[in-house]
Amino acid sequence: MPTPVRQIGDRVILAPEALQRLIEVLALEYRVIGPTVADGAVVLRDLASADDLPTGWIDEQEGGHYRLHRDESAGPFDHVVGPHSLKNFLFPPREPIARFERVAGVWEECAPAAPERPLAVIGMRGCDLAALAIQDRVFLRGDSGEGEAIDPAYQRRRNGLFLVAVDCRRAAATCFCHSTGSGPAACSASAGRQADLALVDLGPGPTDRVAPGGGPRRYECRIGSARGAAVIDAIAADLPLWPSPPEDVAAAERVPVDLERAMWAREGSGGGPGRSLDMENIRDLLYSNLEHPRWLEVADRCLSCTNCTLVCPTCFCASVTEVADLSGDAVTRERHWASCFSLDHARMHGTSVRHTTASRYRQWLTHKLGGWIDQFGTSGCTGCGRCITWCPVGIDLTAEVAAIRETPAPSTGGVP
Amino acid sequence: MNPSPLTTRRPGPTTLSADPWQTHAGSIVAIRNETPGVRSYDLSIVDAAVRERYAFAPGQFNMLYLPGIGEAAISISSDPATPQLLTHTVRAVGNVTDALARLVVGDRIFLRGPYGKPWPLGDLAGGDLIFVAGGLGLASQRAAILDVARHRDRFRRVTILHGAKTPSGLLYPSEYAAWREAGIDVECTVDAPDSAWTGAVGFVTDLLAKLPLDPVKKGVLCCGPDPMMAGVAKGAAKRGLGPEAVWMSLERNMSCAVGQCGLCQFGPYFVCLDGPVFRYDRIEKLLSVRCL
Repeated sequence: MPTPVRQIGDRVILAPEALQRLIEVLALEYRVIGPTVADGAVVLRDLASADDLPTGWIDEQEGGHYRLHRDESAGPFDHVVGPHSLKNFLFPPREPIARFERVAGVWEECAPAAPERPLAVIGMRGCDLAALAIQDRVFLRGDSGEGEAIDPAYQRRRNGLFLVAVDCRRAAATCFCHSTGSGPAACSASAGRQADLALVDLGPGPTDRVAPGGGPRRYECRIGSARGAAVIDAIAADLPLWPSPPEDVAAAERVPVDLERAMWAREGSGGGPGRSLDMENIRDLLYSNLEHPRWLEVADRCLSCTNCTLVCPTCFCASVTEVADLSGDAVTRERHWASCFSLDHARMHGTSVRHTTASRYRQWLTHKLGGWIDQFGTSGCTGCGRCITWCPVGIDLTAEVAAIRETPAPSTGGVP
Repeated sequence: MNPSPLTTRRPGPTTLSADPWQTHAGSIVAIRNETPGVRSYDLSIVDAAVRERYAFAPGQFNMLYLPGIGEAAISISSDPATPQLLTHTVRAVGNVTDALARLVVGDRIFLRGPYGKPWPLGDLAGGDLIFVAGGLGLASQRAAILDVARHRDRFRRVTILHGAKTPSGLLYPSEYAAWREAGIDVECTVDAPDSAWTGAVGFVTDLLAKLPLDPVKKGVLCCGPDPMMAGVAKGAAKRGLGPEAVWMSLERNMSCAVGQCGLCQFGPYFVCLDGPVFRYDRIEKLLSVRCL
């Protein structure tokens, strides 16, 4: 292996054609995933080339509303997060966790399947990296003597993961990462959000972008790891790269700062043009309001459809199904995403502990924003807004929390 | 190696495998009919090295797996001093437990564990112990009872209050003589007596209300349906035993048993990790909330 030319912390300017080379170089070693337009949304899929990126598309998001529009000035990363997240790949919707075979009448557990190709994911935002850090706490807890475990498949994919982060230049109306400390800056050393490469688009962009782009499209790229440096070196073998000039570094660093300021400035109260979530004392607020009338009120709107938990980048509930072949002599144990909005989630002795929609919505919200803190030392919310956008009736958790905060139950000492 | 007697430290499954889903083949050594619909299965782990490493503390559970059928969380009911033989007492009420009921001696079953927080016997040494069990709830306490019988001198008065709907629902009746022999009081009550029944009629809470209590440190360890345990806690409070003296073993839907699948959540707790044994003061408020 040649001595790396570039080091961690180095910054270079990538021309637009470097994105194609980036995908090609990554594809030598990784399965390359990134944003692309499919089924009317920006989703994460395998990228064959830079042409697959959603260049020229921007999204419009609101509670229960998502539309893509053509905008010729939009760069490949001017969309805001769609329904998919890193969760879909590191903790896939379905995956085998064990296999058993019956040979001569005796069942045996089979050896684990061979590991897949490592993943490289392009275009991850602050909320995506924040969600990754939260899922790490769920699946990589290790055993502190209290019985926790490491999920081996997640760990393998996580260790192999190559991340290309991109800073947002615009926020959807559903975004509130500025209030949850999970964005909009993609990378943040203090928040533990790291990427192998971190890009900022300094080119032109859609009119509602916050940070102005000037001149031709180019990406200011910060190298965050030795693997990232090796990839940039490989690109530089074919394309001229030059170190970022100070004015481009300054412009790149201004992008998340300006966006965050704009997100705070636009904030309305619940359902306005911008949203925020007041995280102060949120665990105790929710656990001391387990009998709040708002749970019944939201249950009148909630369809218990599970969409919010499926698009949530941190929801981790799962259950296991036995999948047998026709002979009945080979069984795959398949883990698949579960949802606290389904009756099966809390099923016991043929009935469900949480048989009302109100109790299931309460479970979701109190866990996401409260129980999570007890369990993993962090809230489970990244402010990405997916649960608001993809809720078919537009239920907005920031409004639900605000409603409870406005009329808290008289303290019953109900905080466990 | 066996865990130290009356341990409060809990043996974990990670000493057996780094993969939380990996099971170990076990062989059914014996099957006993207990009460109607309830059987006990004695299992021996097939792999000798794993069998020797396996250790558990009373109150912990295993995940029992039947290929193609599924997994169920079942308490370990045997003596922790002999973990080479693991007893599970199971009522046939679901997919997995019905399939278990069709197995015979010599059949193979897979298990992983042990999981969960045990009964805090070590912390309670030196005081009185009151086991309160409704029906099959005694299965989660049998390992503790055997452990206490083995180390009887570490406790003062030890009482088992066991209730069932009918006399035939009383669990492990053939063992009461041995437990009494070891210095443990065993008192039973039934809701619906038959003509042969000469014992107490009523709920276990009635037995608790009448139990003579010495003014010493006490632990009430209970297992049964949620409403029964709430009633026991209320009854204990009337006798001056506050929520910090009452421990209960909860049951919830379990799948992974390592705090990753989320199915067994109860308020901020994972019942598989933070329980199944909880001190009542930690869950009192939560138990009073419907559909939590």
